[in-house]
Amino acid sequence: MEVSIGPHIRGDWDTKRIMLCVVLALIPSAVAGIYYFGYTALEIIVLSVLGAQITELIGLKVLGKPTEFDGSAMVTGLILALILPPSAPLWVPIVGAAFAMVFFKLLFGGLGKNIFNPAAGGRVFLLLSFAAVMASFPAPGADAVTAASPLASTGSYSYMDLFLGNVSGSIGETCKLAIIIGGVILIALGLIDYAVPLVYALTCMVIALVAGADSLYHLLSGGLLFAAFFMATDYVTTPITRRGRVIFAAGLGVLTMVTRLMVGTESISFMILFMNGLVPMIDRFTVPRSFGQPKKERRARKNEQ
Amino acid sequence: MRGVHVPYNKMTSGLAIEKLQLPDHVVIPLHQHTGAPADAVVQKGDEVKAGQLIGQAKGYVSANIHASICGAVKDIKDLYVPTGMKVKCVVIEGNGRDEKAFMDPLPESASKEELLARIKDAGIVGMGGAQFPTHVKLDAKKPIDALIINGSECEPFVTSDERLMMEHTEEILQGARIAMKILGVKKIIFAIEDNKKEAIEHVKQVCAGSEIDVRVLHSIYPQGAEKTLIYNTLKRVVPMGGLPLDVGVVVQNVATLKAIRDACYDGKPLIERVVTVTGSVKEPKNLMVPIGTEFSFLIENCGGASEDLAKVINGGPMMGIAQPSLDVPVIKGTNCVLVMGSSMVRRYEEKDCIRCSRCVSVCPQDLLPTSIALYAKNKRYDDCEALSVMNCVECGCCSYVCPARIQIVQYAKIAKSEIIAKRRRG
Repeated sequence: MEVSIGPHIRGDWDTKRIMLCVVLALIPSAVAGIYYFGYTALEIIVLSVLGAQITELIGLKVLGKPTEFDGSAMVTGLILALILPPSAPLWVPIVGAAFAMVFFKLLFGGLGKNIFNPAAGGRVFLLLSFAAVMASFPAPGADAVTAASPLASTGSYSYMDLFLGNVSGSIGETCKLAIIIGGVILIALGLIDYAVPLVYALTCMVIALVAGADSLYHLLSGGLLFAAFFMATDYVTTPITRRGRVIFAAGLGVLTMVTRLMVGTESISFMILFMNGLVPMIDRFTVPRSFGQPKKERRARKNEQ
Repeated sequence: MRGVHVPYNKMTSGLAIEKLQLPDHVVIPLHQHTGAPADAVVQKGDEVKAGQLIGQAKGYVSANIHASICGAVKDIKDLYVPTGMKVKCVVIEGNGRDEKAFMDPLPESASKEELLARIKDAGIVGMGGAQFPTHVKLDAKKPIDALIINGSECEPFVTSDERLMMEHTEEILQGARIAMKILGVKKIIFAIEDNKKEAIEHVKQVCAGSEIDVRVLHSIYPQGAEKTLIYNTLKRVVPMGGLPLDVGVVVQNVATLKAIRDACYDGKPLIERVVTVTGSVKEPKNLMVPIGTEFSFLIENCGGASEDLAKVINGGPMMGIAQPSLDVPVIKGTNCVLVMGSSMVRRYEEKDCIRCSRCVSVCPQDLLPTSIALYAKNKRYDDCEALSVMNCVECGCCSYVCPARIQIVQYAKIAKSEIIAKRRRG
C-alpha cells in the first residue's frame, strides 16, 4: 500500500488550469483587437504566442527543466501581443516574445522565479530598441493611416468610443468592454484579487481629479485598464499579501499618473517593471501578524532580521 | 477565520451506528495518547475481561489502557500503530464471552475530584484525533468560564461524531454537564457545522430551554480546530504558543463527552468508539468498534474493498495518516478509516511556486505558507521561526489549494520539528 503525506485530497486548480483560464479571460480583448484592427492583429497575436511558446520549449530544454506545457508562455505571448501596436511589422512580436521569455523569465530560472513581468519586459525592450515602429498607432479599420493615440490628443474621443475601443492604440488595450469582461471572469473564478484593479484605477482617478484632468478619460484611455486586470495582477511579480498588493497597486497608480501628467507619455510597462523591483521589499514589510501573535513580538522579530 | 471549502463526501451520515461483530483478537497499544506510555499490568497468558485495566498510566500526562474484549493475553510486543510509531501492544485472543469488568457507577452527588479521578481511571483521551488525556485538560490550572462542545467535524468523509449527535444527544449533554461541574463553568456552547442538518435539529431539540447555546457554524475546513472554533464562537484569540485555557476556554469533542458520561454513569472505561469506515469499500458504515480492532477486520465487515486498494488512512483525508498495512489497530483517536482505491488516489508532481498566494489567503493562522516552505526547503529554519511557523496548526489547507502541488504543510512540519529539536539542544 501507498504511504504518503497528507492531505490526501487536493483542490482542482493547478498551474495549467489557472494559466488556461487567464488565456480565456484574454480572449475577449484579442477578439476586439482583431475586430478593430483586422487580420494584422491576428497575425501579431499568433506569432507572439508561438514565439513565446517555442522559446520557452527550447529554453527549458537547455536549462534541463521539465518541458511539460503549463500555459504560462502562452499567457506571456498573448499579453505581449495585446500591448503591441497593430501596425508593428511581423518580426516585432517574434523578437519581443523571444526576448521576453529569455531575458525576463528563463534566465531567472523559469516560471515562478522571474522578478519582472515578462510581457512588460518584452514591450519595454521593443520600445527602447525600435522606437519608431512602436510609436505609430493606426486608427481602427483604416490600415496604415496613423492617428493620434487618445492620450496624445486628450478630449478628441468620446467616452463611448474609448469604452468600446473605437480608437487607436495597442491591439488589446483599446476595447475597455472586452478588458472588463476578461477581468470579471478572472475575479469570478477567484484567480485575481479585485483589490488590485480597484486600488490602481481609483488611485489614478483621484490623482487626475486632483490635477484637474478628466479622470474618466484617463481611466478609459491608454493601457491603464488592461494593465490593471492583466499585468498588475500577475502572480509571480506582485506581492503575496493583500496589503502588499494594495501598496503595489497604489504605487503603480501614482507612477502611471505622474508620467502621464508630467511627461505626457504612456509608459505603464516601465512602471510595472519598476514596481516589480520593489516587490521583495513590499513582501518583507507586509508580513502579516500571525493569529494570536502579539504586536510587539512581531516588531522585535522584524528588527532582529 | 479562513480555511478551505473541501468536498464533504459524508456519504455515511444517513447510516445509523452498527455494533461491529466481536473480533477474534485485538491489538491494544499501551501508548495511544499524548504523554508517557502506560505500563503493562498483565502478562502473557493472563485472562482478561472487557474493561479490565491492562495498562497503568505512568505519571500525570498519561492514560490508562483497558482490555476491549474478553479473552487471554496472547502476547505483549512492539507493533506499528496508526500514528506511524512502533509501540508496545497487548494482543488479546478473544474467547467470545461477554464478561465485563466495569467500575461502579458514580452517584449524582460525586464531587469534582471524584469525577476527575473517574475520567482518569477510565483512560479517557481526546477522541477527535489529538488524544490528549482528558483528565489533564479538565483539571485546568487557570480560571475557565466557557466550555465548547465540538461537534463541527470538519474533515471530509468522517461522520462518527455526526451520528453520535443524532443518536446519543442526551448522553453527550450528560457528559457536558459533568465537564461543566468539574470546570465550574456556566457558559456552554454547542458548535456544529451547518452541513449536519439532522444533527443540528436533534441537538436543538434536546437543548431547547436549557442553558446550552447551540451555534450553527459555516462549514469550512478547519472549523473544528480548537483555535478556529474558539474565535468563531467567542471571538477570543488564543495567544500564539498558548492554549485555549489561556483565554478561559476548554473545548471537548462530542465523542469524548459521551465517553466521560459512560465512565461516570455506567462505570465503563474507554474501550470502544464509533469509527466511520468509508471510501472505496462496498458498504460504508458507521461502526461501534472495540479499541484494538485491526483495520482489515473493519474493511472485511464493510463488504471488503470495492476496487484496488491504494491508500488506507487513519482519520480523514486532510489530516489523517496513511497506513503501511491493514494490521494496524483502531486507537482511541481513530474517528475514521478511509479506504482509498486507486481511482481516489491522485499523484502529483511538485512544481515551482507561482506565488499565487492561495496558501496565504486560506491559512487559518494568517501565516505565509509559501515563504515558510521555501525557507524550510533551504533549511533556513530560523527564518521559518521568524515567520511564526510554530503557530501552524498543520491543517493542510495550504497543500490542498497549492496549484503547483507543493507539500507546503509538510515543509512546515519539518521546520517545526527542527526548531523544537534545536530548542531541546539549547
